Amino acid sequence: MSYQDYECVIGLEIHAQLKTQSKMFSADSTQFEAADNAHTSIVSVGMPGALPTPNRLGVELAIKTGLALGCTIRERSVFARKNYFYPDLPKGYQISQYDEPLCENGRVIYLLDGAKKEVRIVRAHLEEDAGKSVHIGDASLINFNRSGIPLLEVVSAPDMRSPREAAQYAKSLRQILRYIGVCDGNLEEGSMRCDCNISVRKKGETRLGTKVEIKNINSFRFVEKALEYEFERQVTLLHSGQAIVQETRLWDPDKNRTFSMRIKEDADDYRYFPDPDLLPLVVSSSYIEGLKKQLPELPLERFERFQKQYGLPSYDAEILTEEKEIADYFERAVVVCGNPKAVSNWMMTDLMRLLNDQKLDINQCPISSESLGELVQLIDSGTISGKIGKTLINEMWDTGRRPKQIVEEKGLVQISDEKVIEGIIDAVLKDHSHAVAEYRSGKTKSFGFLVGQIMKACKGQANPQKVNELLKKKLES
Amino acid sequence: MDREIVKKVAHLARLELSESELNAITNKLTLVLQHFEAISQVNTEGVIPLVTPVDIEYRFREDVVEGDISVDEVMQNAPSRQGNLFKVPPVI
Repeated sequence: MSYQDYECVIGLEIHAQLKTQSKMFSADSTQFEAADNAHTSIVSVGMPGALPTPNRLGVELAIKTGLALGCTIRERSVFARKNYFYPDLPKGYQISQYDEPLCENGRVIYLLDGAKKEVRIVRAHLEEDAGKSVHIGDASLINFNRSGIPLLEVVSAPDMRSPREAAQYAKSLRQILRYIGVCDGNLEEGSMRCDCNISVRKKGETRLGTKVEIKNINSFRFVEKALEYEFERQVTLLHSGQAIVQETRLWDPDKNRTFSMRIKEDADDYRYFPDPDLLPLVVSSSYIEGLKKQLPELPLERFERFQKQYGLPSYDAEILTEEKEIADYFERAVVVCGNPKAVSNWMMTDLMRLLNDQKLDINQCPISSESLGELVQLIDSGTISGKIGKTLINEMWDTGRRPKQIVEEKGLVQISDEKVIEGIIDAVLKDHSHAVAEYRSGKTKSFGFLVGQIMKACKGQANPQKVNELLKKKLES
Repeated sequence: MDREIVKKVAHLARLELSESELNAITNKLTLVLQHFEAISQVNTEGVIPLVTPVDIEYRFREDVVEGDISVDEVMQNAPSRQGNLFKVPPVI
């Protein structure tokens, strides 16, 4: 048997928690860190007679997402009840959208190994989260803090043909959600969750195979691993003449495998119907247009602009546009100094290392973008050497002070005055006469040693180019 | 309406029906469906499905946190509990 005779067909359903303070249909808090059942209301625990009222911001963030994904926004959409029994769903139904979702027919374009790929978005609809159950031997324990949290379910078409493509699409979607500020994309805390639908078929076949849904995946690495496992499992079954069962499976990250959770219910089994407690959701085209104007430049556009406008290599552009805040920081620093490549180098090496070491976001960076721009400017104008710059950035990090201030106070200004440099060189040559003799006898390695001694003597402040020039002149005279 | 469909719907609604109830409900639901069949004879071409009979302006709530109920209040409704969590028969 060869896996190469088969291909997989993957579609993802991604649930994004919309960044609101209060829940979708009630005013209790959405805060993640909270005591058990501390954030509930009569609506979110499903008290009889309690009525839902939609959160304006929840709707707004959903529409913004739809627009960023190129979807058509339905001016009149309908909330429906999805009926099923589970203890973390106290009403016996989830408020969702069924045949008239808010957003439809969009797409995500993303990069995979430098090439553009496209995934169609079938729909994105608003719904509420259920509570959380924890299973302990003889019982299940339920916490309703999550119940009613606004979710946008983004459903892709079955357009992906490999686990890697699927993981990359999911990452790109997360990046877009974070850029437009609708979702923090934290997979560990569950503010973004990914369900994968996968089927396999012989290559060349156009009909779709029976699909299996994999739930419970909380990292992009696991998206890829779970799909790889599932591809092999399904191919093995088909090859031995067995049928694939349409079911929901769970990913077990400890055992690196998926296992069957339940036989998947058909949409009919959910007995969807319009929720009589909620009016159809009506939004005007002018409101939608207004939201469209608020959207920032999206990651892919920005990535392309950074290469064009700043002449950055695609590697730099990709890293600098990964997060909106990093890209903003970069552009602000460039305004100050006008040297994009230098800013990029400082950010990708020193700044990111410092941030990683301290586990800080760029927003918490003690060095402001203006300070970094100023640092580049000081080097470009020859005021300080690049070597001093390396020391300076650490000092800027520790003190949060502007580089000009530090340079002036500590007298770190680069020495370019030839007379002063010559004086330092003469002293060093006098102290290291054997190295001078070695150089003159043909051991040119001694040159580097002497430069090192000179730089040490001047605490790295001498203009290195001038040091090289003058030293050569003196040795060869 | 056959008995198998009634059984399935009853299962989805988590209702347990005895044999005689099953027969009775199958007959009643058949009548209900016949009633809807009669209604579906009406020509509704071009008529937008009615989601709500109330044609009023949509009302939103602003995104402001208020009106939580306290843990003690919500836990009053727990027949069984462990700490401040609802305890229910095991479900996976």
